[in-house]
Amino acid sequence: MEKNTGCPFSNLSPNLGITCFIAFITVILVRVLYVIYWTGKPLNKRSPQQTLSTLIVLGSGGHTAEMINLLLVLQKDRFTPRFYIAAATDNMSLQKARVLENSWADSQSGVERISAEFMQIYRSREVGQSYVTSVWTTLVATAHALWLMIKIRPQVVLCNGPGTCIPLCVIAFIFKVIGIRWSSIFYVESIARVKKLSLSGLLLYKLQIADQFFVQWPQLQRKYPRAHYVGCLIFVNKSCVSESIKAQQADTDIVQTQDQLPNIRT
Amino acid sequence: MGDSKDGVKGKRVVFVTVGTTCFDALVKVVDSQQVKDELLRRGYSNLLIQMGRGSYLPTKSSGDDGSLAVDYFTFSSSIADHLRSASLVISHAGSGSIFETLQLGKPLIVVVNEDLMDNHQSELAEELAERRHLYCARPPTLCQTIAGMDLKSLVPYSPGDATPVAKLINRYLGFPEE
Repeated sequence: MEKNTGCPFSNLSPNLGITCFIAFITVILVRVLYVIYWTGKPLNKRSPQQTLSTLIVLGSGGHTAEMINLLLVLQKDRFTPRFYIAAATDNMSLQKARVLENSWADSQSGVERISAEFMQIYRSREVGQSYVTSVWTTLVATAHALWLMIKIRPQVVLCNGPGTCIPLCVIAFIFKVIGIRWSSIFYVESIARVKKLSLSGLLLYKLQIADQFFVQWPQLQRKYPRAHYVGCLIFVNKSCVSESIKAQQADTDIVQTQDQLPNIRT
Repeated sequence: MGDSKDGVKGKRVVFVTVGTTCFDALVKVVDSQQVKDELLRRGYSNLLIQMGRGSYLPTKSSGDDGSLAVDYFTFSSSIADHLRSASLVISHAGSGSIFETLQLGKPLIVVVNEDLMDNHQSELAEELAERRHLYCARPPTLCQTIAGMDLKSLVPYSPGDATPVAKLINRYLGFPEE
């Protein structure tokens, strides 16, 4: 076993080899604990002009809609450049992100170049794929994710599931351990999760990979105390509001009272 | 039936949507005589079904004989228009359909697909039903829900807001508060 440690002195003395190996493992372990200790601890104050390269992992359908809602309120001048990643089988999500970026570019009127990149990532396993072939595809997907992450080395990772974000977040965590890049990982659990976390959410929470973990229902926060309860992310955009008001006037079945539901804020 | 947008006065459309899923159990039950009679009794005049990838074809009806007019299609790019012109929406439990309907302020019955394996979607529908934003049913109980529903008692859904998350992210990263 000790012969395979890669330690250059292992053929001189087996004991030295073992010592090297144990020392190496200890250093890694200590470093992992160090990273976990600092995970979730807020970063030092910085000037508002500073920019952070941001990786945005787009899920699909409802997940992407929630992420777009978050992006709409984040300061685009701080979170720049932006890198969008979606699964290779998901054509809609990147399209939506492009529409969003284009609308920002239009409103900026070319004063400031918007920098955004769009990428696709292989999925480790498609629905219905056999487990034997999925070993190979998982390897390919991991290598691809690693390649993208080495290129991007984001300072901020934003994700909200499902599975696509897991390899990227794990790689971001490994980068922290090795010291390639210290990134802050934010995970927002989907509104559809009321009582239980999704598998991706559970992994990132339990393994302490996510620096900040947000949930949209209070009962989830009670169950997972390190999570932050933030209320529902999805909101109506202005054109939609006016449409719905018109529709309401036209329809007698609509409940008229616009009140009651307590506004959720942290 | 493409004229549902600005329907004739008195036309009240029930729009059924299954999104991109296959949910024949729902299409079948809304096509049943029992449900159609109940809808007619509640004052609805049209039934429009978006059946997605399902294979069960409902029976079309012009509604000339005083019965419920029934029409269906598989997919459409103008789901939002159909939602807007509807007086009642019956939807599958996907979060996209649910929130789009709630944001339009339309009365909504969500029907949970009992055949799905990992059915976490029912969580959302049940929670929102508990908060009286919508009615939640299963295919066998839909007729009962339509018969017993009181749309005046539904609480309008107030839109969410992503700024709390943005604030926490900014604070964590050390950016000053604005």
